[in-house]
Amino acid sequence: MPTKTKEMKSEAEPTRRSFLNILWLILGGVALAEFVAVAFAFLRPRKSKALKEKAETIVTAGAVARFTPNSVSAFVRGKFYLARLEDGGFLALSRTCTHLGCSIPWVEKEMKFACPCHGSTFDITGNVIEAPAPRALDFYPITIENKIIKVDTHKPIKRSTFQVEQVVYPKKKA
Amino acid sequence: MQENNVMQHRLNLLQRIRYSIFPGTLRKPKDRERYRNFFNSLILHFRPRSVQQRTLKFSLTWGLGGMAVVLVCMLFATGLMLKFVYQPVPDRAYESIVHLQNNVLFGQLIRNVHHWSAYTLLIIVFLHFLRIFFTGAFHPPRQFNWILGLAMFLAVLTSNITGYLLPWDQLAFWAITICTGMLEYIPGIGGWLQGLVRGGSDIGPATLSIFFAIHTAIIPACLIILMPWHFWRVRKAGSLVIPRKPDENEGSRGDSVPTIPNLILREIVVAVVLIAFVMGISVLFNAPLEAKANPGLSPNPTKAPWYFAGIQELLLHFHPLLALFIIPILMMIALFSIPYINYQANTAGVWFASLKGRSMAVVAALVAIIVTPIGIVADEFIIDFAAWLPNIPGEISNGLIPFALMLTVTILFYTVMKKRFSSNNNEALQSVFVLLVVAFIILTITSIWFRGLNMKLSLPGYY
Repeated sequence: MPTKTKEMKSEAEPTRRSFLNILWLILGGVALAEFVAVAFAFLRPRKSKALKEKAETIVTAGAVARFTPNSVSAFVRGKFYLARLEDGGFLALSRTCTHLGCSIPWVEKEMKFACPCHGSTFDITGNVIEAPAPRALDFYPITIENKIIKVDTHKPIKRSTFQVEQVVYPKKKA
Repeated sequence: MQENNVMQHRLNLLQRIRYSIFPGTLRKPKDRERYRNFFNSLILHFRPRSVQQRTLKFSLTWGLGGMAVVLVCMLFATGLMLKFVYQPVPDRAYESIVHLQNNVLFGQLIRNVHHWSAYTLLIIVFLHFLRIFFTGAFHPPRQFNWILGLAMFLAVLTSNITGYLLPWDQLAFWAITICTGMLEYIPGIGGWLQGLVRGGSDIGPATLSIFFAIHTAIIPACLIILMPWHFWRVRKAGSLVIPRKPDENEGSRGDSVPTIPNLILREIVVAVVLIAFVMGISVLFNAPLEAKANPGLSPNPTKAPWYFAGIQELLLHFHPLLALFIIPILMMIALFSIPYINYQANTAGVWFASLKGRSMAVVAALVAIIVTPIGIVADEFIIDFAAWLPNIPGEISNGLIPFALMLTVTILFYTVMKKRFSSNNNEALQSVFVLLVVAFIILTITSIWFRGLNMKLSLPGYY
């Protein structure tokens, strides 16, 4: 019974003790939040590699003339495929399947990318031919200077389907 | 004590040393008995003094809980040994496993025991889970222990996945690529969560150290806390659920018998047979080790670990949002809420709830065995919602629509079974549980043995 009356009293008008108890509770909560924040900050993936100089992420693919139209060449170091479409435009496609991240080989005979993991297939522009892949292959920005193709592999660009604006054409000689 | 002194001078050095370690053996037979009782009371710190005789029946528990404990102990022991050799760095991990197998005495055997114990443990805890469900051992007062059990089941699963990556071979690398790739489809936090688990955008050194930490520190710590908690709750519930015949009333406690030797002896027999089994398998079959991981080359077909094969099979039939997020989350919610559903009867101790429950379970299993393969084949060759409804996004056409269909069929199954057998909700829910579990097992079998090149349906060995 005595405890009950005490509680009732503390509910009615805050005593010094109940105030300090609440203060301790809040301080404890703050300390816990700090520890959680520290743990998360500690575990967050660091971006050390992504922040490397840009020069390292730019891969020089070679001269425009090296690539015949309607062909795909693999670049192991940059982890991408350079596709030259029938009309002569270039597209740098990520080799990572958009379904679950397997590396996809280019099947020359059937002119498609075929994922070995779950059977998704993509055409030369990276568009999905067969599900389960939910979207077209990621692509990398391309620049063509003096007929030399350079691919910026810093970060793949996500897209839902292929669009003509994604293709880069070598400048026609005027 | 006087006798002790009398005897002491007649003993040689070795005997005196021996008696100094085991003073009990020096005493007269009657004292020796007392000493043994004292030692036995050490065991009784962990086990009750006496147990219900009927709970000793092998066909109640099948020794599954005890087996799980033995396997966890074996995993701890072999894991500790492996830790002395294994190096959790991408450049060294694979080499250290090869070194373990080729140069370390019994290295291959220790790795095999760890490997096969882990797989056996998964199967045993799954069977234990089925046993608990089908004997109704989740009714009060055992509700919360069901939750603890599920938590440990998840811990064992996590331990298996994280351990899968450590050898850093092709099998490990691509299976984990797929499994962590699945995280991306969780709406909102998927990409962030994937980055957290992988320690970056790709699988690399950070992933390996994270998985190593989870596998060798976090999961063992969780198990060390959860296991005693689980056992303590068994004690608090007044020992195991008491088995009874379907027509028998609950609450009839029978004779109790002393734990020593009745229970302890049985446990030792189960443990010894199990250890012999795992050792035998480990001597005969080596744990797999393929070529070193090559991030540029996915093997064809690349499969998830077998315990995830069911989910991988779901992936071939549903949009990833459904297969990887909505369906597993719903299943988890269903599993965790099993003990808290309002049941019409307390069926604790009766296998399959009742005689009616048994026949309903058989019907449900048969339905699942017939319907699931038909569904898989039909979806492979005939059903193609994505093509039939080209104007609707994939999440709906290939996801929500087939899922809603299946949900309707399941609910229909529940009502039909309940009406047809005029049963209570225990038996009807149990038949739905059987339906889903059998369907999941069939999906798993399909994925492991009937998926060949490019994950097309094919007979085992024909790709």
